[in-house]
Amino acid sequence: MFRLNLMLLGALVLCALSLVTSRHQARKLFVELERETTRTRAFETEFGQLQLEQSTWAMPVRVEKIARENLKMQIPGPRRIEVVPGEAPK
Amino acid sequence: MTGGSAALKRAAPAPALPRFRAPIVFGILLLLFLVLVGRSLYLQWIDNAFLQEQGSSRYSREIELPAHRGRIVDRAGEPLAISTPVKSIWAFPGQVDATPEKLAQLARVLETTPKALAKKLEDGNDFVFLAKQVPPEVAERVAVLKIKGVHDQNEYRRFYPVGEMASHIVGFTGDHDVGQEGIELTQQEWLGGKPGSRRVLINRRGEVVEDVESIRAPQPGRDLALSIDARLQYLAFRELKAAVEANRAKAGGLVIIDAQTGEILALANWPTYNPNARNRVAREKMRNRALTDVFEPGSTLKPFTIAAALESGAVRPDTVIQTAPGSLTIGPNTIHDAHPSGALTVEQVIQKSSNVGAAKIALSLPPSTMWQMLSDTGFGAAPNTGFPGEVAGRLRPAKTWKPIEQATMAYGHGISVNLVQLARAYTVFASEGQLKPATLFKAGSSVAGRPVLKAETALAVRHMLELAVQPGGTAPKAQVPSYRVAGKTGTAHKLEGRGYTNKYVSSFVGFAPASAPRLIVAVMIDEPSAGAHYGGEVAAPVFSTVMGSALRTLGTPPDAPGDNVILPDSAAAIREET
Repeated sequence: MFRLNLMLLGALVLCALSLVTSRHQARKLFVELERETTRTRAFETEFGQLQLEQSTWAMPVRVEKIARENLKMQIPGPRRIEVVPGEAPK
Repeated sequence: MTGGSAALKRAAPAPALPRFRAPIVFGILLLLFLVLVGRSLYLQWIDNAFLQEQGSSRYSREIELPAHRGRIVDRAGEPLAISTPVKSIWAFPGQVDATPEKLAQLARVLETTPKALAKKLEDGNDFVFLAKQVPPEVAERVAVLKIKGVHDQNEYRRFYPVGEMASHIVGFTGDHDVGQEGIELTQQEWLGGKPGSRRVLINRRGEVVEDVESIRAPQPGRDLALSIDARLQYLAFRELKAAVEANRAKAGGLVIIDAQTGEILALANWPTYNPNARNRVAREKMRNRALTDVFEPGSTLKPFTIAAALESGAVRPDTVIQTAPGSLTIGPNTIHDAHPSGALTVEQVIQKSSNVGAAKIALSLPPSTMWQMLSDTGFGAAPNTGFPGEVAGRLRPAKTWKPIEQATMAYGHGISVNLVQLARAYTVFASEGQLKPATLFKAGSSVAGRPVLKAETALAVRHMLELAVQPGGTAPKAQVPSYRVAGKTGTAHKLEGRGYTNKYVSSFVGFAPASAPRLIVAVMIDEPSAGAHYGGEVAAPVFSTVMGSALRTLGTPPDAPGDNVILPDSAAAIREET
């Protein structure tokens, strides 16, 4: 009887210890998850800001200005357009 | 003496304590102990809410989970409205405790003067915003100053990258990111996010260590794709603005519709406003005129009269109508042609835009036939694009029509429409007789329309509309190099009070390429006052530039390559009066 109790006590202590470790593990992992979630949110924010920035740089007004003024581009007149007949694109 | 008495006392036997004293003290102590036990039991079992709360507040927190508003994007995914986090800086003036140097630093960070800042802090309010919606970096620099009593809070701010170009469609949001105008308003449910919250355990460093419960899951707003094409919107806006300014007009509108699906690819209005900085913008400028204002369309309505007559078999394209002497008297009223002609075929009535011819054709039809045609093509009913406050225009029931009204309606007077309705109605000619639903939202694939005309009628009218933009028609300036174009001008006197004035609304509606229509463009210029006022001179050139650039942008293959355009001599162009 005493031996059995001793064994059970040993098992109990083991279980308790493993509970403590797994609990600790879980918390550590959770903190990590939390940190990653925060990063995700920060990246989302940054993505939105970059999108905004990109569309500001790609504004048609700006593109047209650069094309006309810096690159001296112009729309060709109808006489300078040669249409190559081929298969009609779908 | 004293020594003696002390000795005496010591010697004296201890006076007997009263026998009841010890039990009383013991009883009192026991009672106090019982009170303590009772109180602790009470706190433990009965009145435990307060302490529970206090306890949990030491280690558990409710965290707000932000949910941002969905983006509005164009059909290619280019953002038209986008929310990014910002911070607002606020303070309790009474609690602000800082040296003048610190305040000067704060003023510099917030890009204001120390004086203005001091004034804000002097105001008797409990709470002031020192700066609203500043970028997170600025808020960080404020936090570094560590001024007591100055705090920040998280907010979202809506940005509109295309600014004034699409402000009438997209609209804007007000405080707390709630839609106030345009699509932002009607699609609030779809776009708006609902912030959630959750309860967590934190450790002593303030890190979240465990999720306890999710009180409300956050629902981020959903993205919304409009039918708008940002590139075409830019073209439309640029050309409209130039035309309104060149003609010193009061206002203008331009709509581009996809001829196959009815999607609105661009919708520009002038005057406009910048949704990113809309302090003190007049309501007037916020109106989306193309959808919420009506005008009398004038001759742009003639093709529908002709279509009704062709459909009912009353005339054929080559039927000859006598329009001499250029006027027609109905009862006490007389209608005129600006440029009297003689006998014209039905085709030429459209080509030369003869009021008398159109009126005569209309009078050969029963009013109900004509009404049915106008009603079938969407006049008199709101176009249902998904925009708030769009108007239906006015199409009175056929029973109430007098002959003179039927005659004037043939060339677009006595009926009112909005620009989107007008552009959409032209889908019947661009699509072999089907009326497509106009929409501001991106459609999945080709949209089935409602059949209104026989294909042969639609094609016959399309041919007449092609004649109208060729030399000899009213709008040679609407031609587009390398493409076949079909369209109709309109020049309507404005109705003010009880009568018509000498102010005009010039318009042009057309589509191209005529062999396989891709786009419909409708232009309306309100009160041009720089000399020209005919639709063919004011609106047609805008149509030509926008249509040409738009077709090129979309990569539509030319259906008339080579130099097919005879540059119009403005004196030779045929003008019309309505």
